[in-house]
Amino acid sequence: MAHLLNSSFIPSSPSLRRHSIPSSPSLCTPRKPQIQAKIREIFMPALSSTMTEGKIVSWVRSEGDKLSKGESVVVVESDKADMDVETFYDGYLAAIMVEEGGVAAVGSAIALLAETEDEIAEAKSKASSSSSPSSSPATSDSPPPALEKTVEAGAADSAPSPPTPVVKATVAASSVHPASEGGKRIVASPYAKKLAKDLMVDLSGVAGSGPMGRIVAKDVEAAAAAGSAAVSTTAAEVPKPSGAKVAASPGIELGTVVPFTTMQGAVSRNMVESLAVPTFRVGYTITTDALDALYKKIKSKGVTMTALLAKAAALALVKHPVVNSSCRDGKSFTYNSSINIAVAVAIDGGLITPVLQDADKVDIYSLSRKWKELVDKARAKQLQPHEYNTGTFTLSNLGMFGVDHFDAILPPGTGAIMAVGASQPTVATKDGRIGMKSQMQVNVTADHRVIYGADLASFLQTLAKIIEDPKDLTL
Amino acid sequence: MQSSISLSLSPSPITRSDRTAVDSFAANYSIRPRSLRFCGLRREVLGFKSSSSTQLVASSTRQHLKKKVSASLSGNGTPSKGFDYDLVIIGAGVGGHGAALHAVEKGLKTAIIEGDVVGGTCVNRGCVPSKALLAVSGRMRELQNEHHMKAFGLQVAAAGYDRQGVADHANNLASKIRSNLTNSMKALGVDILTGVGTILGPQKVKFGKVGFTDNVITAKDIIIATGSVPSVPKGIEVDGKTVITSDHALKLEFVPDWIAIVGSGYIGLEFSDVYTALGSEVTFVEALDQLMPGFDPEIGKLAQRVLINPRKIDYHTGVFASKITPAKDGKPVTIELIDAKTKELKDTLEVDAALIATGRAPFTKGLGLENINVETQRGFVPVDECMRVIDANGNLVPHLYCIGDANGKMMLAHAASAQGISVVEQVCGKDHVLNHLSIPAACFTHPEISMVGLTEPQAREKAEKEGFEVSIAKTSFKANTKALAENEGEGLAKLIYRPDNGEILGVHIFGLHAADLIHEASNAIAMGTHIQDIKFAVHAHPTLSEVLDELFKAAKVKANVSSQVGKPVAV
Repeated sequence: MAHLLNSSFIPSSPSLRRHSIPSSPSLCTPRKPQIQAKIREIFMPALSSTMTEGKIVSWVRSEGDKLSKGESVVVVESDKADMDVETFYDGYLAAIMVEEGGVAAVGSAIALLAETEDEIAEAKSKASSSSSPSSSPATSDSPPPALEKTVEAGAADSAPSPPTPVVKATVAASSVHPASEGGKRIVASPYAKKLAKDLMVDLSGVAGSGPMGRIVAKDVEAAAAAGSAAVSTTAAEVPKPSGAKVAASPGIELGTVVPFTTMQGAVSRNMVESLAVPTFRVGYTITTDALDALYKKIKSKGVTMTALLAKAAALALVKHPVVNSSCRDGKSFTYNSSINIAVAVAIDGGLITPVLQDADKVDIYSLSRKWKELVDKARAKQLQPHEYNTGTFTLSNLGMFGVDHFDAILPPGTGAIMAVGASQPTVATKDGRIGMKSQMQVNVTADHRVIYGADLASFLQTLAKIIEDPKDLTL
Repeated sequence: MQSSISLSLSPSPITRSDRTAVDSFAANYSIRPRSLRFCGLRREVLGFKSSSSTQLVASSTRQHLKKKVSASLSGNGTPSKGFDYDLVIIGAGVGGHGAALHAVEKGLKTAIIEGDVVGGTCVNRGCVPSKALLAVSGRMRELQNEHHMKAFGLQVAAAGYDRQGVADHANNLASKIRSNLTNSMKALGVDILTGVGTILGPQKVKFGKVGFTDNVITAKDIIIATGSVPSVPKGIEVDGKTVITSDHALKLEFVPDWIAIVGSGYIGLEFSDVYTALGSEVTFVEALDQLMPGFDPEIGKLAQRVLINPRKIDYHTGVFASKITPAKDGKPVTIELIDAKTKELKDTLEVDAALIATGRAPFTKGLGLENINVETQRGFVPVDECMRVIDANGNLVPHLYCIGDANGKMMLAHAASAQGISVVEQVCGKDHVLNHLSIPAACFTHPEISMVGLTEPQAREKAEKEGFEVSIAKTSFKANTKALAENEGEGLAKLIYRPDNGEILGVHIFGLHAADLIHEASNAIAMGTHIQDIKFAVHAHPTLSEVLDELFKAAKVKANVSSQVGKPVAV
C-alpha cells in the first residue's frame, strides 16, 4: 500500500442509493427538485421483493423516440428474471442514464422522459449533470464526503450487493506479474476477477500473492483496503460539511449502530497501521503576493493555482531529495528518481490523487493542461493506475474552504505530505515596515525515520523562496 | 443353475419386488435388485405382463431341468437349439445389466461379458461416484451458507472437510453399488464371463483375458453394450494429475485452487458444483457461444444466474481449448484458447488443473465389428430405431443389437437400460420401440436441473414444420409451500405443450429435487397421458410435487376431454 489519497470513487450517486431502501417514501420528488414535472424520471423498478439492483438488458426504445403510456421501454434483469418495463406516461425518451449492461439500484433513475420534444435537450443536460456529479474540489456544492461515507455504510449493510467502488491503490511497480510472461497479461483467479469488478479494483496494479504470482481474492481485498485506507488517510483534510449540509442527509438513522462494511473495516485496519510510522510536522508561513500576481498574469493561459503550487513544491524537492524519498521496510529508504506530485481532489464524496508526473521538469503550461486532463479523467472515472498511485510527494489544499491551517496524516509508503491553507491578507512586517501581505500557512507531515526537522525546515525555506519570488515557476 | 429352492419358488427371485404382491421370500431377495435403481429407470414404464412372464420362466426352467447343459454356472433358462445362449450381452454396464435382468425375466438364457469391472462407467466412473461427491458438496454449500442457516435460526461453526474422507465416500459407494449389481445378476443366474468380448461372426462371440485361450460361444442374439470413454480433443495432453478427465476427477486426489473445466455440459456443471463447494475457483471453457448449451435457454439462463454468477466461477465462451499442457517443472497448467470461429489465438490461461469434460466417445475397440461388415460413424455403432445394428451396406445385421452410449442415441445410463429392455422385448417377439422423448435427464447440481422431451426452440421448430401451436406454462418454486419451508424458493418449472390436444412436449425443471420431480412428466409422456387428464391427479400437500401440479393446472388446453378418457361403452 503506498499512495496516499489514492482514489476512491465513492458510488456515483449516493443520494440515489439512499433512496434504494424500498420503504423510503416518495422516491423522486424530494431528491431532484430542479427537475420539473414535465421531465419525468424512469426508475429502476423493484421486480421482486429481494431485488436491490437491476441490470439493463436492453433498451427497447432509443433516445428521442416517442412513447405512449404502457409501452415497453427497457428490459431489466433482476436477480430472478428478465422483465419488460413500461412507461406510465406519454412522452419522449429524452435521455438514457444507464446504458445497456449497466446496473442501477432499485428506485434510481435510469432514463428521463420529456413531455414535449422541446424539453428533450433540457432533459439531456439534466441527465448529464446528474450522472456525472460535480467533482471539483473547489466547488462548495460537492457532496460532503464524510457524510456520504456514513450513508454508504448504512446502505451497504442493508444490501450486501451494491458495489463499493474503490479504485485500487497499490505499489505501482507490481504491474509486472511473474505469472504473466513479463507482465503482458494479468493472471487472476475467477473469484479475484469477480471481486475486482465488485470493488472496482484495477487488476493491472495489483501484485499477486498466489501460486506463481497469480492474483487471488485476498490480493484484491488488500488492494481495495489500501485504496480505502488512502481515502481515510486524507479524511482528516477533507472539508467538514457545513451545518446546512447535515440536514441534507436523510439516509442516516441517528442512534443506530452501523457495523463496518468490508471497506470500512479495511480502512480501520490501515489507519491503525499508519500509527507505526513516526511522523512529525513542521509549519511555515509563506507570503503569496508575488505568486498571486503571477497567477493573475498567466491565469488566462490556462494556468491553475494547483499547478503553480505543485510546480513550486517540485522545484523545492529537487534541492531536497530526502523529502522526496520513501521508507518502506524500516531498514532502508529510497531516493525516488522522479518527482511526482500527487494532489488530493475531493470527488463526488470521495477522494482521488491524480499525479503530476515529473512536475519539476514539465513546464507550467503543460503541467496545467495535464492537470485539467487528469481532473476530467477523474471525473469520468477513467484514471489509469499510474495516474493516481505513483505520487512521491502529496499536496493537499483546503485553502478554498477558508481553512487557514491543518494537518495531514502521512500515507504509509511516502515520505511527506504538505497541507496548504488559505492565503489571507495579514498585517506583516518587512524591512522594519508594517504592511498588508497575503500569507498562507503550509504544514508538512513527514516520516521522521528518514526526514529530519532540519530537512523539512530547509525544504520549506526553499519553497518559501520559490513562492515569494516565483519567476522560476514559469521557466 | 438355479438352486433347488429358487427353482421351487422360481418366480420369486426374478420377480421385481415392485411388481407383484410380494411374498416373504421374494422380499428377501428383493433387497438387492431394489438397491440397484441407481441411475434412474423405473421398470414400470415398460411392460406390465408380470404374470405371463413368470409362467414362461417357470415352464422354461422345467425344461431346463430335463436336459444336461454344459454351461455349469448357468441357471437362467434354456438356450434355443444349437446355441450356447439365447442372449449374450457385451458390456456389463447399466445398459447391459438392465437388459440381462429383463432377459432372465423373459426366460432367456443369458450371459454377460465384461472386460473390466461390472457396472461400467455409470457405477465406477460416472453417475454413482459423482452423486457421492455431489452429496458432499450440497451439504458443504448449505453449511457454508450462513445467511441460509441463519434464516432457519441455526448456528453452525465453520464447516470444513477432509478430502480423503470425501474421496472414500465416493469410492465406497461405487464398490457397494458394484457388488449389488454383480450379486443381483448372480442371484438371477446370469453368467458373468470375464474378458474382452469380440464378435467373430453372426451369432458368434469370443471372449478371454489377454494371455489366456479364448472361449468361443454362440448366441441366438447379441447385444453390444460397450459404452463410452471420456473424449479428449486433439492437442490436449491428459496426465491424470493436473490435466484430468472425469475418470480421474471422481477419485478426488486433490482439490486444486483453480481448475479450468473444458465443457459446460452436465459433467462440467456437476464438477463445478463439487469443486466450488470444496473451495476451488473454476473457469469454464465452452466452445459454443453460451454456457450450458444443451439446456432449454430459459432454464440455462436461470441456472447461470444461480449456479455460475454468484459462485467463484468465470467463463470463456466461443473458444476452443486448442492446447493444454500439464503442470511440469514448477510451471502451471497452460491452456491455449482459440476463437471457435476464426481459430485465432485469443487467450492463454494458467491454472492449477484442467478437467476435460467435452463429452464422451463410444468405446468399440476390439469389438470385431469388421467381422460382420459394420462401420462405425464418428465411432458410434449405427442402429435403427429398434437398436438393430446396420452394416456398411445399410442392411440390418440379423440378431445383433447395440444399446447405450455405443450407439450414441442418448448417452444416459438409464436410456441404455431402457434400450436394453426394449431389445429384450423384441427378441421375445414383441414389437417395441422406445420413445426417447420420454426419457428424462438430470443434472445434479444444487439446485438440480431436470428435463424430459423437447426444449422450447426444438418444440417451436417442430411446431413450425408440422403446423401446430405451442404453448408454454411456468410455475415458480417460490409459490410452493414445501420449497419455502426449506428456504429454497429459487426455481422454475416449465411446461411446453400443445394447446390443441394437451400433449406434453417437454418439461424442464430447475429447483430443489428437480431430478426426482421430473418423473411425473416423463411418465406422462411415456404413457401418452395428456394434460387435461393428468391435471386431475392429486398431489399430497405440502410437497414439491405440487410444483408440477400447478404447472399442469396452469396449462390452457382447448380440448377438454381427451380420447383416452372416452365415453363409457356398454360391453
